Amino acid sequence: MADSILVIVEQHEGKLNRVSWETLTAGQALAAETGWTLEAAVAGSGVASLANEVAGKKVAKVYALESPKLEPYTPDAFAAALKQFIASKQPKLVLLPHTYQVRDFVPKLVTAMERAAISDCIGYKKDGNKLLFTRQMFQGKLAADVTFTCDAPWFVTFQNGAFRGDKVEAGSAAAPVETVNIEIADGVVRNKPQEVFKEAKQAVDLTQAEIIVSVGRGIKEQKNIELAKQLAEALGGELAASRPICDSGWLPMDRQIGSSGQTVAPKLYLALGISGAIQHIVGMKGARTIIAINKDSEAPIFEIADYAVVGNLFDIVPPMIEEVKKAKAGA
Amino acid sequence: MKILVCMKQVPQKDAPLKLNESSTWIREDVSYEVNEPDAFALEEALRQKEKHSGEVVVITAGPARAQQVLREALAKGADRAIHLEDSAFVSLDASNTARAFAAAIKDEKFDLIFTGLQSDDYGYAQTGVVLAELLGWPHATIIMQIEMTDGGIRVKRELEAGYFQFVDMPLPAVLTIQSGINKLRYATLIGIKQAKNKPLRKVTLAEVQSAIGANLQKIERLYIPQKTKNTEFLEGPPAEVAKKLVEKLRNEVRVL
Repeated sequence: MADSILVIVEQHEGKLNRVSWETLTAGQALAAETGWTLEAAVAGSGVASLANEVAGKKVAKVYALESPKLEPYTPDAFAAALKQFIASKQPKLVLLPHTYQVRDFVPKLVTAMERAAISDCIGYKKDGNKLLFTRQMFQGKLAADVTFTCDAPWFVTFQNGAFRGDKVEAGSAAAPVETVNIEIADGVVRNKPQEVFKEAKQAVDLTQAEIIVSVGRGIKEQKNIELAKQLAEALGGELAASRPICDSGWLPMDRQIGSSGQTVAPKLYLALGISGAIQHIVGMKGARTIIAINKDSEAPIFEIADYAVVGNLFDIVPPMIEEVKKAKAGA
Repeated sequence: MKILVCMKQVPQKDAPLKLNESSTWIREDVSYEVNEPDAFALEEALRQKEKHSGEVVVITAGPARAQQVLREALAKGADRAIHLEDSAFVSLDASNTARAFAAAIKDEKFDLIFTGLQSDDYGYAQTGVVLAELLGWPHATIIMQIEMTDGGIRVKRELEAGYFQFVDMPLPAVLTIQSGINKLRYATLIGIKQAKNKPLRKVTLAEVQSAIGANLQKIERLYIPQKTKNTEFLEGPPAEVAKKLVEKLRNEVRVL
């Protein structure tokens, strides 16, 4: 069997998770570098149309792993299904997005297969025949290049925003799709999940936002949030915040960006009065463009900003709102 | 209800880290603290014990300094502690750490095992789930609430993007606990005094050696991340800077 890379994309209720495309981009890059064949798989119940969607991209083949027991998601069913499938295919590399779901079943899967996962990677390097996977350590203060010292299949999970999902290459023709019916014995699945629900009424999925205006401690008072909101509205973006703002109750928790909030990779992230503690950075460094406005020229946010303004946000944001409105009006 | 809490000692959040000579790990001469998510796991175990009675046992792996984590846990109300004491435990991967824990508790009968959702040093977010698989137990991750039910537990899992889910599961089980699930308590003076007389079992590397193997992954090089961005600073009076920013939004970022 030729060496292959298997990307396992993630779906929720019949929709592919956006970060799946990032992992597929990573797979395409690794396939080009190693010369290994790239294949993809999607697991669930009734996932043929999702497999077809993936088959439009540059992949050699897509597998739809089907079992009624894969819906709703449980770690027992996913680990059992993927173990069967991966053991039969023996890919060299298995790539997955580092989502909450993947964190939930992959350590179980790799243990059952007597393998290991290098989790939460932000990139890879090829050194001769050796593949190194780069991950952050000590909350981003240090980085590490990690290799496998066990046999393949090697499992790697990639952090949200590590690769560009919009850079995924389309295929010249649709790749073949094969449905694989997975048998999962009764009694394997022990957990009984209930319906998924949202706690906050106006809960917002910031991971899907293209433009995010985010506020930090520099906004000073709750009433000043309005200014950031006006800028977000003018830009047609979403409003978000760092942890202290949500802890103070100035914005709901579901608008929090960072390690304990959402991880986003929008086209534009505009940070207003955010110093850039690592807990925040991990949630937004994948943004394509970062603009930071902060009074403190030493603020770590400037380390990762594309455009930086050292100054008072209360002086700069009001004229900016006017300029955005003018630009939108076509002036 | 007998609960085991897996805890880890990690460098303090704001500790300046220096690389060792081979650039494979940090120099050990830093200040340490309890891994924050593990503190929430301990607090949750103590609250469950207060509701349902039982016993809370804490376990850690690491050199002598790691005992501090166990002493603090005992002072907060844990009943006893297990210390896998050897500096070699620091460099074990998630798989081997879980194997060492499983070996150290093989003669115990727990109903629940808690871990924090991830560690602040490695950040693999794997040890708890690996331990569940080694024991053959069900697990659930990133837990925000735990209730006892007839025949098991009902837990609230945090999902992404503001979603949650209740999951019913049998016991025994492993749960990884999300930070912020509860409000942490402080150790009392009486607690600190009592902790000195609580049992602390030491486990040597030799006792669990047969359960662990070679690491399945290896840190080849640890380093300070390179700044990759070429930051452009925009200067001038506010109105001018605002204009420049919006020009960038239109011509470079292309969102207008």
